[in-house]
Amino acid sequence: MDKDKRSTGYSLSVNDTSHEISKSWLGESLLYVLREKLGLYGSKNACEQGECGSCSVLMDGVLVCSCLVLAANATGRDIKTIESISDDDSLTDVQKAFVDAGAIQCGFCTPGLLITIHDFLETNPEPNVLEIREAISGNLCRCTGYGRIVEAVQIVSKQKSVGQGGSDDSS
Amino acid sequence: MTVVKETVGIRQSGIGVSAVRPDAQEKVKGDFIFSSDLSSEGMLWGQTLRSPHASAKILSIDISDALSISGVHAVLTADDVPGENIFGLERADQPVLADDFIRYAGEPVAIVAADHPEVARKAADAIRVEYEIFSPLVDSYAAITAEAIHPEGNVIRHLNILHGDTEVVGDVVVEGEYEVGMQDQAFMGTESGMAIPSPDGSINLQISTQWLHSDQEQVATALNMPMEMVRVTLAGVGGAFGGREDVSMHVHLCMLALHTGKPVKMIYDRNESFLGHVHRHPARIWYRHHASSEGLLVKVEAKVILDGGAYASTTSAVLANACCFSIGSYSVPNASVEGWGVRTNNPPCGAMRGFGNVQTCFGVEAQMDKLAKELSLDPVEFRLANALKSGDTIITGQKITGTAPVREVLMSLANHPLPEPPSDNILERPGGTGRTTDGSHVKRGVGFAASIKNLMFSEGFDDFSEARCIVNDGFIAIQTACVEVGQGFVTLVHQIVQEILGIEKVDILPADTSIGSAGSTSASRQSWMSGGAVMKACEAVVDSLISDLSNEQGITFERIGTVLVAPDGSASIPVTDALQGRNYDETVVHRHAPTVPLDKNGQGDAHVSFAFAAHRAVVDVDEELGLVRVVEIATSQDVGRVLNPIQARGQIEGGITQGLGLAILEEIVLVDGKIQNANFTDYLLPTAMDTPTIEIAALIEEPEPNAPFGAKGIGEPPVISSTPAVVAAIRDATGLDLNRVPIRPEDIALG
Amino acid sequence: MEFHIASSTEEICSLLAEDPTREILAGGTDFMVEVNFRQKDPSAVIAIDRVPELKQWRHDGDAVSIGSCVTYREIERGPLSTIVPALAQSARTVGSPQIRNIATIGGNLGTASPAGDMIPVLLALDARVTIRSINGSRDVAIDDLITGVKETSLADNEFIEVIKVPILKGPQEFLKVGPRNAMVISIASLAMVTDPEQTTVAIALGSVTAAPSRAREAEEYIQGFLDWDAMTVSSSALPDFRRLVAEASSPINDHRSSAAYRTHAVGVLGQRALLRIFESRDDG
Repeated sequence: MDKDKRSTGYSLSVNDTSHEISKSWLGESLLYVLREKLGLYGSKNACEQGECGSCSVLMDGVLVCSCLVLAANATGRDIKTIESISDDDSLTDVQKAFVDAGAIQCGFCTPGLLITIHDFLETNPEPNVLEIREAISGNLCRCTGYGRIVEAVQIVSKQKSVGQGGSDDSS
Repeated sequence: MTVVKETVGIRQSGIGVSAVRPDAQEKVKGDFIFSSDLSSEGMLWGQTLRSPHASAKILSIDISDALSISGVHAVLTADDVPGENIFGLERADQPVLADDFIRYAGEPVAIVAADHPEVARKAADAIRVEYEIFSPLVDSYAAITAEAIHPEGNVIRHLNILHGDTEVVGDVVVEGEYEVGMQDQAFMGTESGMAIPSPDGSINLQISTQWLHSDQEQVATALNMPMEMVRVTLAGVGGAFGGREDVSMHVHLCMLALHTGKPVKMIYDRNESFLGHVHRHPARIWYRHHASSEGLLVKVEAKVILDGGAYASTTSAVLANACCFSIGSYSVPNASVEGWGVRTNNPPCGAMRGFGNVQTCFGVEAQMDKLAKELSLDPVEFRLANALKSGDTIITGQKITGTAPVREVLMSLANHPLPEPPSDNILERPGGTGRTTDGSHVKRGVGFAASIKNLMFSEGFDDFSEARCIVNDGFIAIQTACVEVGQGFVTLVHQIVQEILGIEKVDILPADTSIGSAGSTSASRQSWMSGGAVMKACEAVVDSLISDLSNEQGITFERIGTVLVAPDGSASIPVTDALQGRNYDETVVHRHAPTVPLDKNGQGDAHVSFAFAAHRAVVDVDEELGLVRVVEIATSQDVGRVLNPIQARGQIEGGITQGLGLAILEEIVLVDGKIQNANFTDYLLPTAMDTPTIEIAALIEEPEPNAPFGAKGIGEPPVISSTPAVVAAIRDATGLDLNRVPIRPEDIALG
Repeated sequence: MEFHIASSTEEICSLLAEDPTREILAGGTDFMVEVNFRQKDPSAVIAIDRVPELKQWRHDGDAVSIGSCVTYREIERGPLSTIVPALAQSARTVGSPQIRNIATIGGNLGTASPAGDMIPVLLALDARVTIRSINGSRDVAIDDLITGVKETSLADNEFIEVIKVPILKGPQEFLKVGPRNAMVISIASLAMVTDPEQTTVAIALGSVTAAPSRAREAEEYIQGFLDWDAMTVSSSALPDFRRLVAEASSPINDHRSSAAYRTHAVGVLGQRALLRIFESRDDG
């Protein structure tokens, strides 16, 4: 590794694009840099202590709270944010289920929950309700009481289990 | 992941259909712009310096060090407030920036603008303030008679309600004292916004709020600017629940922007958010209930003290609700209720979902259970026997002229099946992932509670909303100043337009102060008020259309559904077709029936309409450790008419979860007026693991006369009786009194 | 700003030797909260979370050696969850899934919070911590490493390298009380581990003492009432056992809980842990 990173910036790979981040205050979190330096406002700041999950992103494929990642320490890692999970004109199955199930009210927690649920369903495509609830226990929602969110995950899970029977899956 | 090649379209969806939110697509893609996501070329970051002391006198403020920091553009204090250094929702009693006395810990003292948020924070740290520190007044009871901490005195409102024979005594009398802790709205998106100065000296404020026009008026006064020079535009709101009804950073942002000539953005962090908005009033309540031996209520006596904290905010109206509805959803011929809303050096309290009804509902429902027990009656039967009905008179002397299906609400809930017995999975027992509780430690309890909520503003307030419907050759736009906070008003606008005009594609113009006020998004009022205004604006377009058609064709059509029909049935045309090629622009103001202030005995037709709900909670309790798992909450609610089933369910589930939070988790802990837990590690919101399955036993649809589409507001009732239902269930499991919420583990374990 | 990403333990040693004021960043879940809440303003930081040897664990005879940057998630879900079950049980109660994905065992020790959920488990297991610096290594016990509330015996030029955890054959339990069912700071916790070969029970308490603490009197007391063949405990011993566990605590009153409740709760947890491992036996 570089012996000394004094007085230099660093690069961040976010959604498959490399960005040069100019030096600034060392304490900047990945969340701050994503939002205020890269204009990726989809990741939300609601607590800055890892309690709410609104800032969830994937870092090298691992679900993390971007508020708890020192931005400078995200260099050399692959960051994926809510902005990357679907194209301009499409929705993922989970996004679609959120819309249909009424899982959105104010929507502030929504991006973080979507990142979390996408990650969760990758490893556990057919979860039971308790598993869903534990998986999203790090994502606080103040509007919905979680009922419609759990419902949305179940919708996707059911689709996936039906999908294994051979229906079209364009992932 | 699976990609669905489909985007969200607006469905065929008049009133009563589960229409999809028009902002859903933006929200799931992370594209929806919340107030914290605003950005502008060359913008500065604002920061607030707040008092660490709850009661103090400012002796001096030295900003020189702060100003000398590179990157700092402005440091402003009370001396820099251009207009009146005072604001407030019901009465102006709060300084924009403290100029002499500090009355709560967290009161703003100075503001900073800098080119980086950390520079702004360091500059705020560098401001040197010398305080003379006093012992804070933090006891709400003592505050009634204590030396005044504010020129307007400590008693913000003292209210008496005397109804019927206040001397009568019942065969059975039960007494109780109850206490409610300070709850926080804890909306996910903290306070944030941006002020942008214009070359003409005017200012544009983009902010997350609940009431644009109230903000505009308070900001203009503080800035000493004409109203039209202060334009307030709604920026995306990350939840509200009452906590955005008051002005927070609004004036500060505008001062910094006007001073620097640059856009200024501010975001409170979570810690500051706890200091930056009002909370639910802590309450101390005493009750004495009288009933006949046959089980009918004879009289209710109550005393209520609400701690308003340092400034008035909406304390007067919250107190009125707490007192007017202190008897709950029951018919009582005689009552004597006395309430005080007082000022202390605690953080200011004001609006939160449920608005006063929450506090007394907790007490009165406990009293109803006590009475039922004393009378050896089933708690539900006892409530049914005393339930209010349409035509009854409440303790303010007001006759209920609308619907009051309290019996239907209670009976449908009581008939709903109970959930399965306790789970075998340790994670589904009290304590959850902490693995504390074995099956043998679990006791199950079931509790009932019911509630009443007044809809819309009360006591003579001129409550109105304005809406504009623009039709331009098949293109339709709706404008209001109604604030969308997540409740789904934007969906309802589409549904109303579709219901009346049959038009699928609707543009909702930005909510701002270029149209008349919509009032606040609070008091369960916007479906009725702004929904009503949108309905009338659409109807005004139809009326103009009919008038034009009459002039052109000599036929006076009438609208049936979304079709215009000739009276003799000889001709008909869909409204959408008839509008082709035509332009209309109709603005309508909608008012509800007038109300009057309460008189000196607390009597008068002060309220507009009433909504009722009941909740049944099932809990598993680990008595020895005092841990609780809420297994299920079932509810029935009086809704008038369901406008959008899925949004109604969302409001109900979310509201109940906030009620659960107050019952067992959520409290702002204060020591000498200072918040001990201004963060989400220690202010505990329910997680998905704490939230039960929510069963809707019934939504009672008895259309409310005079309500647009017959619909009652549904936002607040879920939060009111869910708290006492959970507590009743814990009492059922433990046999403890539990007279204070939130219930802590030690209240059960050491109780 | 000065920021280093270390790639080896040797590099950490030399970076710390060069300037001992440089701060260690592991998972960052405590570090960044302090930064975000303005309790820390970092000026020079060494990130150690990419050092391969710190991210691994291996069997080491009768113990497992866990690198300080092994995450809670790996302990919760990976093979370690069956090797040191109480450690996995404690890992599962820490924060959110997001936090467990990145927070590390070494960080939990380095933060040295009385509410650190892995600390009682490691203490009960008599885990040893390898402390490393340019001057070499030293092994310390958990209660020699953590000396008080957020206080450790680490010198400025030292860092936590490995945690050596003995593998015991007997049942283990971790129980934690918090008002919420998930994602909650402990207000009382207890770890109990058993070693049928040595016929010993070890008990350590969390959130009820300033520094990590065993309930040694309770451990010794209960010895005489255990039947290791039948895995039973005399019911007559339970009240005194529970009292002794509670008496091993010296909790504080704070906004999370009263001291009285913490004392009560830890006694209850002790009894429950014991009865999950040993069936109650009525000696008449």
